[in-house]
Amino acid sequence: MAIEKEVILQLKNIEQSYVVDNSVKQAVKDVSFNVYKNEFLVILGPGHCGKSVLLNIISGLESAQKGQVYLGAEPLAGVDRRISLVFQRLALLPWMTVIDNVAFGLRMAGIAKAERRKIAQKYINLVGLQGFEKSYPSQLSGGMKQRVGIARAYAVNPEILLMDEPFGQLDAQTRYAMQEEILRIWQQEKKTVIFVTNNIEEAVYLGDRIILLSSCPAHVKAEYEIQMEKPRNTVDPEFLRIRKEISDNTDLAL
Amino acid sequence: MNVQKQNHSSEQQEQILKDQKKQRKASYQNLMLSVSSILLFFFIWEMVALLKLVPEHYLAPPEAIFRLLIIKIHDPNPDGAVLTVNILSSLQISFTGFIAAILIGVPLGWLMGWYRVVDSVVNPIFDIVRPIPPVAWIPLTIVWMGVGLKAKATIVFLSAFIPCVINSYTGIRQTNPVLIHVGKTCGASDFTIFWKIGIPSAMTMTFTGIKLAIGNAWSTLVAAEMLAASSGLGYMILQGRNFGRTDIVMLGVLAIGIIGTIIITLFSHLENVVLRWKRK
Ligand SMILES: Nc1ncnc2c1ncn2[C@@H]1O[C@H](COP(=O)(O)OP(=O)(O)O)[C@@H](O)[C@H]1O
Ligand SMILES: [Mg+2]
Repeated sequence: MAIEKEVILQLKNIEQSYVVDNSVKQAVKDVSFNVYKNEFLVILGPGHCGKSVLLNIISGLESAQKGQVYLGAEPLAGVDRRISLVFQRLALLPWMTVIDNVAFGLRMAGIAKAERRKIAQKYINLVGLQGFEKSYPSQLSGGMKQRVGIARAYAVNPEILLMDEPFGQLDAQTRYAMQEEILRIWQQEKKTVIFVTNNIEEAVYLGDRIILLSSCPAHVKAEYEIQMEKPRNTVDPEFLRIRKEISDNTDLAL
Repeated sequence: MNVQKQNHSSEQQEQILKDQKKQRKASYQNLMLSVSSILLFFFIWEMVALLKLVPEHYLAPPEAIFRLLIIKIHDPNPDGAVLTVNILSSLQISFTGFIAAILIGVPLGWLMGWYRVVDSVVNPIFDIVRPIPPVAWIPLTIVWMGVGLKAKATIVFLSAFIPCVINSYTGIRQTNPVLIHVGKTCGASDFTIFWKIGIPSAMTMTFTGIKLAIGNAWSTLVAAEMLAASSGLGYMILQGRNFGRTDIVMLGVLAIGIIGTIIITLFSHLENVVLRWKRK
């Protein structure tokens, strides 16, 4: 898999702490890494290690106490329409239909109704939800809801997609199906994806590159580049070898 | 892949249809139970009255009240107004106060829940007013505004206003922070998030508040009419008592109960339309 090694996003010495019960708790400690254009980057780390904090910083929802995020050459200042998020917990607007949810970002960007309907429909088709345009989120299964979340993030045509454990709440079977889906979507609509997970197998299955974080506070523990062709076979000896290598290097049982 | 999805959707539709059928059947059974329970209630009442288990001037039988209902539609005695005039008078006052309470209370609750500044300014006053029972305002409003529509509408307003504010406030406070993040990452301004995400999130609680407000408005109205009025259902009840007419009193009480139920039911239908996204 040939990846143009053009740096699209850069994290430089990011640190973040919170005051919890009158004591300072560090969540992210001196994290630096590059993200390359159109790669599928996985950030792997144990629960409560600061992965969401890191993504919130990249998305501009939080600003880092120390360090700087660069988007291209410029420092990132707050939320940016070039970066779009698929949330960890279900984050659909329950009073809106599927198509309105997918079009929500476009509406906020001031795109005219007819145009945003057209774009939303394209991404509904991309995630395989045609026929459910007029359904409400409460009528959908967990996997389908997460597809809507993915379509919404893609619809605004961002340069970078952040996905925060998007399949964490799904049952195992749906989760496998969605992992295949996300690969298919990524191959069809080339974008830079930063995918957060605490699941080693998911990381090795999806990632062109894996950044392994330590437990709290999060810092970069190791980095792996995985050359295997996608879709990958999870019982392939090479797959198992990489999986074991990462697993031996992690802080806690993930 | 496509075929599979087609199957998936039609299977799901079948399931939804099946569920709907089951629901319809269950709701039909519930309706029958409710109707029977009401009929049984009237039957026992009629028996108690017929067998004179209770003296007649304490308890009029249902059929006597029904006869009175027909008479009262064209006979203004003894309170001076026919039933429909009393009902319309009561409705007019309660709706005036109630609608004013929604128009002011609901947006105020939303703004207090979303904007710290509004909360800090309004909350201290609101906290003092909140525990005062609405009827406690009656003497003051009589002094200020006499016994007309304005005075009673004001009391109704005060009683309906409180739950409107509290519930819309609580509702918008409970907006899922993840949805606020969705708004932010889409580049929405704080006001847009308030408008497009906060208010829809608060809608369920707001409707609960409005329904409480209807109940409050209606019961406070009747209390107000008993103290200061020259027409209305409350006034009719009071005159019934003064003339020793138990049947008039009971007709008034029943009318209040039935009209209250009708209003709440109509409102629940409106709620179902507005919150149709909640239906599974
Ligand atoms: N806003 C906050 N206030 C206080 N502590 C926080 C906040 N956000 C995150 N944390 C703390 O930072 C740590 C990492 O959280 P998070 O990034 O959500 O973990 P995860 O890796 O599971 O996504 C947690 O221990 C959490 O308690
Ligand atoms: Mg997290």
